[in-house]
Amino acid sequence: MISSWIWSHLPGPALVKVLILLVVLAGLVLVLFEWVFPWVSESLPIQDPTIAEES
Amino acid sequence: MSTAPEHERASHPPAHARPKAGVSVIGIIGELLIAAGVLLGLFVVWQLFYTDVQGDREQAEIVESLEWAQEPAADIDLESIELIPDDMKVTDRDPDTAPTPAFTETFATMMVPRWGEDYVKPISEGVTRPDVLDPLGIGHYPESAMPGFAGNFALAAHRTTYGKPFNQVDVLEVGDSLIVQTEDIWAVYSVTSWEIVQPEEYDVVAPTPRQPEAGVTGRFMTLTTCHPLYSAAERWIVYSELDYWAPTGHGVPAELVEAPQ
Repeated sequence: MISSWIWSHLPGPALVKVLILLVVLAGLVLVLFEWVFPWVSESLPIQDPTIAEES
Repeated sequence: MSTAPEHERASHPPAHARPKAGVSVIGIIGELLIAAGVLLGLFVVWQLFYTDVQGDREQAEIVESLEWAQEPAADIDLESIELIPDDMKVTDRDPDTAPTPAFTETFATMMVPRWGEDYVKPISEGVTRPDVLDPLGIGHYPESAMPGFAGNFALAAHRTTYGKPFNQVDVLEVGDSLIVQTEDIWAVYSVTSWEIVQPEEYDVVAPTPRQPEAGVTGRFMTLTTCHPLYSAAERWIVYSELDYWAPTGHGVPAELVEAPQ
């Protein structure tokens, strides 16, 4: 299992492991919100409010 | 007969401590599916919630950074405010100078009393999503007229997400004021009609809306935004016509501080 593999490979006692995980998850969410999701959203044509001639 | 010799069984840990290979593959697939679900959930949170937080903040900062921009009606002191006198109002000629904004440059603000007395949004040049509509709010169709000028001042903005400048487009009524300010002029338009069209009906932003052959016949403003909510299958179009324009520096339009009927 991935979760138990990650848990057993993190250093330190349980509290330190939890803190490391929280920091990593926060960083992951930041990267997703700032770069990955804007990029994904631009390639989805579901948010376009403009009028354009048929191309 | 026993299936395994006694010494081999002893060298292994008890069976329950060691997951069988098949179970662990299913477990990993399960974990990946959970991760994918969380990822999709985060995307929805980002799109429907976080882009508004970010858009509202950034667009408010843009308006604040424009030195000439009038503060929202909510912050105006009604006792001391000067209203534009009637003899400054122009209806029959173009303003003396036209803004010549570069692509993505913010050159005007928009206030709509019907949308609340704190509603002020920046208007920037261009209507592409990554450069203008997502980060900057309202975009101006580059080939369309400038505010106050003969022709059609055509704007686009999101109805949901990214600060959703045109979110309340469906509460506008005929006669509602749409107030545009540039560095040089105030332009007050009033809503004449609206309709829902297909995304490729480009003649709604023609110099005379819906009559591309007619050429320039008046001073119009057209708003285009998404319809239905959370979709882009169609477009909601609001048509308006200029009441008057007036140079800045002689007070604010009375329409700005009057509550809509």
